[in-house]
Amino acid sequence: MFSNILIYFVVIPVLMLGGLAICRNIRQIRAVAVTGSLALLALSIYLLVDYLAQRAAGATAPMLYCDSWSWFTPLHINLAVGVDGISVAMLVLSAIILLTGSFASWKIEPCPKDFFLWLVLLSTGVFGFFISIDLFTMFMFYEVALIPMYLLIGIWGSGNKNYSAMKLTLMLMGGSAFLMLGLIGIYYHSASNPADLTWNILEIARNGAIEKGWQYFLFPLTFVGFGVLGAMFPFHTWSPDGHASAPTAVSMLHAGVLMKLGGYGCFRVAIYLMPEAAHDLAWIFLILTGVSVVYGAFSACVQNDLKYINAYSSVSHCGLVLFAILMLNTTAMTGAIMQMLSHGLMTALFFALIGMIYGRTHTRDIRLMGGLMKIMPFLAVCYVIAGMASLGLPGLSGFVAEMTIFVGSFEHTDFFHRAFTVAACCSIVITAVYILRVVGKLLFGPVYDEHHLSLTDATWWERTSTVTLIICVAAIGCFPNFFSDLIKFTFTKDIFAVIGMN
Amino acid sequence: MDYSQFLAMKQEIGLLIVFVLVFLYDTFMPRKAQGAIGGVSVVLFGLFTAASFLCGCTKEVTEAFSGMYYTDGAVCAIKNILNIGVFIVLIQSIKWADSDMQIMRRGEFYELLLLTLFGMYLMISGRHFLLFVIGLETASLPLAAMVAFDKHRYESHEAAVKYILTAVFSSAVFLMGISYVYGLTGSLYFSQIARAIAFEGGASVMLIVALAFVIAGIGFKLSLVPFHLWTADVYQGAPTNVTSYLSVISKGAAAFAFLAVLWQAFGQVYAQAWEWMLYALIILTITVGNLFAMRQRNMKRFLAFSSVSQAGYIMLGIIAFNGMGAAALMYYILVYIFSNLAAFGVIGAIENACGKVHMEDYNGLYRTNPRLAFTMMLAMFSLAGIPPFAGFFSKFFIFTSAINQGSVAIYVLVLIALINTIISLYYYLLVVKAMFISTEQGDVPTFKSACTERIGLWICVAGIIGLGIVSYFYNSLLTLNP
Repeated sequence: MFSNILIYFVVIPVLMLGGLAICRNIRQIRAVAVTGSLALLALSIYLLVDYLAQRAAGATAPMLYCDSWSWFTPLHINLAVGVDGISVAMLVLSAIILLTGSFASWKIEPCPKDFFLWLVLLSTGVFGFFISIDLFTMFMFYEVALIPMYLLIGIWGSGNKNYSAMKLTLMLMGGSAFLMLGLIGIYYHSASNPADLTWNILEIARNGAIEKGWQYFLFPLTFVGFGVLGAMFPFHTWSPDGHASAPTAVSMLHAGVLMKLGGYGCFRVAIYLMPEAAHDLAWIFLILTGVSVVYGAFSACVQNDLKYINAYSSVSHCGLVLFAILMLNTTAMTGAIMQMLSHGLMTALFFALIGMIYGRTHTRDIRLMGGLMKIMPFLAVCYVIAGMASLGLPGLSGFVAEMTIFVGSFEHTDFFHRAFTVAACCSIVITAVYILRVVGKLLFGPVYDEHHLSLTDATWWERTSTVTLIICVAAIGCFPNFFSDLIKFTFTKDIFAVIGMN
Repeated sequence: MDYSQFLAMKQEIGLLIVFVLVFLYDTFMPRKAQGAIGGVSVVLFGLFTAASFLCGCTKEVTEAFSGMYYTDGAVCAIKNILNIGVFIVLIQSIKWADSDMQIMRRGEFYELLLLTLFGMYLMISGRHFLLFVIGLETASLPLAAMVAFDKHRYESHEAAVKYILTAVFSSAVFLMGISYVYGLTGSLYFSQIARAIAFEGGASVMLIVALAFVIAGIGFKLSLVPFHLWTADVYQGAPTNVTSYLSVISKGAAAFAFLAVLWQAFGQVYAQAWEWMLYALIILTITVGNLFAMRQRNMKRFLAFSSVSQAGYIMLGIIAFNGMGAAALMYYILVYIFSNLAAFGVIGAIENACGKVHMEDYNGLYRTNPRLAFTMMLAMFSLAGIPPFAGFFSKFFIFTSAINQGSVAIYVLVLIALINTIISLYYYLLVVKAMFISTEQGDVPTFKSACTERIGLWICVAGIIGLGIVSYFYNSLLTLNP
């Protein structure tokens, strides 16, 4: 079992949990958190390199490092793991954000030990989710990632945290209720012969046995189930409240990684396993996600709380991920995955910076701040870079992702798709409006509050966290080919064979 | 008569031996040695449980008294599962039974408890309605005495009266149903009833009426809505250890017996007669239980309504009507025993230490008693079905087994049940919120709980964490129910 490299993505966090449990002071806790997340990052980078090497050497299986250990044998439940380019990219992303998140919560109070315990439990769920190819295990890890949010927001959050934590947990669990029904349904229709029923995604896709009638029933269940976590309109309302109340590292991890679970799941389960229903029903969800994209952007324009602005911007950007996935062609989907990476890094950077600014000024209301560029130039410059990435400046990650998505979307020649693509494109402009509004009010102009003049600039751990994220954002922007090659292999194979698309 | 038939009843005989030994100890030992009666019961019962696991089980189908008594692997397993639960309850009760108020009659507590368990054994193994009723009564009447055990508390009396009246009434309803069944089929043997129904070629209106009475009768035991009205008051009034016994052991035994009655005697008329009855009962039970649980501030009432809704989930295993359903039901009961006993264990420990049972008193419990709060949280997460705790697996498997039945109606039922899990998550989180998040401080001081209470809770925590992740338990239950 332990000869498979993927299993260590779960083993290391579990070891970290054990290590944290016996920690006695803050230094030990930090040491465990940083060592563990560094190990995870090293592991994911090694995986990335090795994965590319194997692909270059001509490995053609849809998933590599596949392994399966039987668990609940009579029910055909296995602990099955395997990765393709998308999962590898997601694993790297999660590792980066966990590391930077640990640095961002360097001085978390109270009970740092409990905080890191829940945070690491959450990341166990995230890593487990990305390596699983068995629906049951995947769903289990998915729920493991959801529940620590309640305590993380409830205990260490700010503002209206009780309400937000409860709302977030219940809405996400509501999504997973639909999801559970959908997954059990998929299991019972995964093969024509009862003895061959399976939870394994690859086998289900190979069998292709889910009848069309059932697909129409199961596709919406799974898509909505994952879509709730992807902040799909009208199920996005947990996101602004949740993100606004969450502590910094949790916002980073949640917006950066957890929301990607939604997009990844929609793609990996809903569309991959039920392509026919996806093809026929995509229009419904295109309308919903199209609304997310535009509505999220507009909502961000009128908010005054930095975190609310960013949370609505996440609704808009994550809506774009689902929007692109529903276009069901290679270009748009490549864009969707790049958007996941780009948004994950960028939004983590945003939330980290907001947390750092809030930690100094003790307010997140942009009307009560101004001229921070003079006071904390390092943080301010980072904020501008994050903003530029968000509004799609070439050279940074947002541009390549959104460009690819819209090019892919425009490949559809019918009026419906084009109209929605044009509408979604408008969101770029609106994004520019709210980003520039914040940058103008917050960073430039006169200093609003005299007390702010005594504030200090970033400390070393804050610099580590932000610089790492900026390097990654710039890397995607400068070397998009590397990432699209990493992802591409997944799409060129069997996915669209069923519905005869490119 | 062939007396060797009694050998089929190994577990019953073993339990009786334990009972007689405890009784003799209580009666004849000098006063000085009386202090050890709790320990003696626990040890004797523990030995019995272990023996029953190791050698009391017959995997083959065994019948005795021309089919009145029946046992096989699954029946043995459910009895073993109940044994584990009773073992934990016994351990948790020692502190309470040794308190000044109870010290004079603590022996009776252990004896009555073992007697009710004997009744439940008969319910589970009975394949003749008379034996079944005898089991039912043996299980109910001593329980009423146990509910009234806190003699000095008014609520305890009230609860006992409510319990005994409900029990008698439900028995009457049940017997009424049985008399109809006897009139219609000419027998009280499950197998012969099934044959007679098959011969008739389906359900007559009278049979449906009779079945409604039978289901209502057992519905009272299981506190299915609308037969649940006694639950909250009795749970609140009874001593906490008795409440925990009522909520897991009594309920688990009744659920399995219910399954046996419906499947063995009335399996022929599944689609015609009782599928839709259960369908309605499940929806009502889960929903009403959940909605009422949200408003409760007394922890015992709160868990009473939560256990009402849990009974609805257990019923999903019966409506599945296949081997997977039986396995999932047994597994659910097993997990439910551990989760609920953990919750009641914490409530009992706090009640014994300072007499607090309100949710407000639990505010900030994590700051004063972190371990108890943590255990309670695990119990709540397990009851709500959060992975990686055992409750998640039991819920998942019971849903899977129900959907295995295949009709669209079942998908709708499971969807309703799933949406209800969200509601239940809300109120379970309320407890977690009070303990971990609330900034106010309740009245529970830091205290050290008794050694026995801690052992009981440790067993529960081990179960909550291990039962799900270790697939052995569920897999072996599945192989018992092909």
